[in-house]
Amino acid sequence: MSEVIVVTSGKGGVGKTTTSANVGTGLAAMGKRVVLIDTDIGLRNLDVVMGLENRIVYNLVDVVENKCRIKQALIKDKRHPSLYLMPSAQTKDKTAVNPEQMVRMINQLREQFDYIILDCPAGIEQGFKNAIAGADRALVVTTPEVSAIRDADRIIGLLEANEFKQIDLIINRLRYDMVKRGEMMSAADVVDILSIPLIGIVPDDENVVIATNQGEPLVGNNTLAGKAYQNICYRVTGKEIPFIEFDKSVSFWTRVSGIFHKN
Amino acid sequence: MGIKHFFSRKKSRDIAKDRLKILLISDRVNCSPEMMEMIKTDIAKVISKYMKIDTQSMEIQISKTGIKGHDSKMPTLYANIPILDLHNK
Repeated sequence: MSEVIVVTSGKGGVGKTTTSANVGTGLAAMGKRVVLIDTDIGLRNLDVVMGLENRIVYNLVDVVENKCRIKQALIKDKRHPSLYLMPSAQTKDKTAVNPEQMVRMINQLREQFDYIILDCPAGIEQGFKNAIAGADRALVVTTPEVSAIRDADRIIGLLEANEFKQIDLIINRLRYDMVKRGEMMSAADVVDILSIPLIGIVPDDENVVIATNQGEPLVGNNTLAGKAYQNICYRVTGKEIPFIEFDKSVSFWTRVSGIFHKN
Repeated sequence: MGIKHFFSRKKSRDIAKDRLKILLISDRVNCSPEMMEMIKTDIAKVISKYMKIDTQSMEIQISKTGIKGHDSKMPTLYANIPILDLHNK
């Protein structure tokens, strides 16, 4: 039984692509068969974050237009044998694909994969509609900033209107030092405002930039963000991993720094 | 920045929270903060006919989380109105 997950946010630049790459890679590292689909037509990025930009021959639009078979457009990951990427087209625009075509393609992919992860473009227009059309559940990415949270709320409303059964929240780029000083909303504040279940908190970590520079997802490695993404992957599969004490974030960071698997 | 100023300053976290709460209410119901303010004033006017209320600290908000027993997606208007004197003034 496969699951189709859309990673979305509304606002651009909050970490959808990074999240998609890391969650996909993490799930594949657990032995799951995973395909990552970049649905941002015209502005593809998932390929560079994954370090697979040199291997692209066919893309999503070619598949939809029947210029190639699905298998020809799938790029095998360098690191994990069960991970594939379907890149987006760089020369077309969002109107090259419609929601019905996406659903048809996803239904074909369901036979071969455990997880189909869709990296959604920013915005709420055609690209968003394409990305959510075939999805079963959503991961909404936000940062603890007013603009990102506002857009996330709008996206959640649209997902609910489209009858999504499961919508989970990822809070990205949280800075515990700022939360401690009272200059950033805590994870609990954000959850309180958006009122959807929290599935992960990713601390602001320079290693994310380094990993992107290298085209290597950092999930599972010994960095703060790497551990956070690993925990998100476990939770996506239904495993219960306790959160670091995010609700007491005002004073906890100094006390429990480094304890991610706290029971 | 003087030490007094430092202690009296409202933290930006709280400012962000307050701004978002108001903003999201109007986003969700598709009505402007001005309109919410008008609803608030009108409610205050009606209640004031019958009892003395604290109009300064009263709050109204529209929340997505419904009341028990109802459809959870039904938006609800909450009014928090402190009563100063229950008897008619």
